Amino acid sequence: MSELSFRPVHATAMIGRCVRLSRRNIDALLTSLLLPVLLMLLFVYLFGGAIQTGTEYVTYVVPGVLLLCAGFGAAGTAVSVTTDMTNGMIERLRTMDVGATSIIGGHVLASVARNAVSTVLVLGVAVAIGFRPAVEPLRWLAAGGVLLLFLLGVSWLSAAFGLLARTPEAASGYTFLVIFLPYPSSAFVPVETMPSWLRGFAEHQPVTPVIESLRALLLGTPVGAAPLRATLWFLALLAVGMLLSAAFFRHRTT
Amino acid sequence: MPEPPAVELVDLRKSFGDVVVLDGLSLRVPMGGVHALLGPNGAGKTTTVRILATLTRPDAGSVRVAGHDVLRERRRVRRTISLAGQHAALDDEQTGAENLTMLARLTGLSRPAARERAATLLERFDLTAAAGRRVRTYSGGMRRRLDLAASLVGTPSVIFLDEPTTGLDLRSRQGLWEMIGELARAGVTVLLTTQYLEEADRLAERIAVLHGGRLAAEGSAADLKRRYGAQRLELTWADTAGYAVAAARLGDRVIHQEPARRELAVATDGSAPHVRHLLDEVDPDRHGVVRFTVREATLDDVFLTLTSAATRPDPEVAGV
Repeated sequence: MSELSFRPVHATAMIGRCVRLSRRNIDALLTSLLLPVLLMLLFVYLFGGAIQTGTEYVTYVVPGVLLLCAGFGAAGTAVSVTTDMTNGMIERLRTMDVGATSIIGGHVLASVARNAVSTVLVLGVAVAIGFRPAVEPLRWLAAGGVLLLFLLGVSWLSAAFGLLARTPEAASGYTFLVIFLPYPSSAFVPVETMPSWLRGFAEHQPVTPVIESLRALLLGTPVGAAPLRATLWFLALLAVGMLLSAAFFRHRTT
Repeated sequence: MPEPPAVELVDLRKSFGDVVVLDGLSLRVPMGGVHALLGPNGAGKTTTVRILATLTRPDAGSVRVAGHDVLRERRRVRRTISLAGQHAALDDEQTGAENLTMLARLTGLSRPAARERAATLLERFDLTAAAGRRVRTYSGGMRRRLDLAASLVGTPSVIFLDEPTTGLDLRSRQGLWEMIGELARAGVTVLLTTQYLEEADRLAERIAVLHGGRLAAEGSAADLKRRYGAQRLELTWADTAGYAVAAARLGDRVIHQEPARRELAVATDGSAPHVRHLLDEVDPDRHGVVRFTVREATLDDVFLTLTSAATRPDPEVAGV
């Protein structure tokens, strides 16, 4: 299956390309950087006063905002993959024997790079408005790792949507799911406040263990099994995303 | 061992759902030179090129490029060919130089070597001045030139160009023709698809006319003109009634008609006996035709003869 063939030089060239294209797409870049910050301010100042979480609301909400960021980033991935599919670029790359892994990997890693920037921005603004994380480098590193895994998983899954979509607009529509998923979780309100049927979903959906891990790791509270569950979830999602991408790639391009 | 042909298609078939696009196409393109696949929209030109470029799987038939089977030896085929599709596949937000350098890197060149290759190609396609500009700002002609340059980064020996000049103004088209001609002189085999007879006539040594997913005819422009009517006899009628009777009598042998001027044209070999015979046939009473002219046939005549719905592909030629 040459779709899965992989050469490091292909991957580095594709990553370089996607990062450069991201940097130059000013509108999309500004949106993906500013929207999460605005959403955080919205949650903290507009809704935060009415939500009881037992801590400062900004402290509670930061992990959720980081995941929203990741969702926007992933949506961008789907759109750029569809753009490649519709403008003939994928075909040129295929006749050059560049595999799906490199083509999609380039988009996914560019998404990770975009998100690294927006994450730092969100954390900076959060600290400015009262977020006080625990100062433990190892835990920060672990939090970064969990976030990275989440990003890789949702971005690769979005890339699969991008391969399936016929237009960039449709691709962006597909990613609604990824963007919406943090809401029915413990990201913005404690799950105890939800009706029982929703609570059952919120407690067992993939975003919740990521939120719990980030919250515990950043605030220095006991982490329990959350990071393990988050890791398992997103290794699984990454695998599904990669397999679906390879399958759709074959299907759409032969 | 003799050199394998650049392209060898035997009984190629491809359908999309119920639509039969290629219906037993057989074609052989030797190495070297420029070759054209000529046909109206929907004749199967693009599908043929996509199959040759490993992008579409054939349903049946054998497809070899430079001796390699497109299904079993796909990677070898990919190393041999390149494709410039109908829309110039380039990144608008990268500069010309960045696009080419990136593609050169993908062929396995180191970063400095890729930059050098990009610079050489930009120079060759007269784009050095625009190298640092984003492709978004390029004109249609510049994009096509960059696209052509992009398809050469991997030094292919066979290159497929799918309607390379569609949508270009005359000046850009001529510039591109010049460059395609140079490619062939540099030893690359070029197979291009086109709807423009002029383009095929001007560029290609051999022309394959596709019609309804089959080969309708194949040969040099001169061959085709000779075989499908070297000359045409143009006849002008005195009155509309006589014109109508003659047109009906000739049926699909009419290769050109202009009712307003009561003119129609039929193929002839140009010899006196044949012209006399035709005149007797269409005008037995000898007072309907007021004027006649014998002209060199154009490739348009050949094309119209071959691709009119009434014409069946010549079985002798189609069975290559």
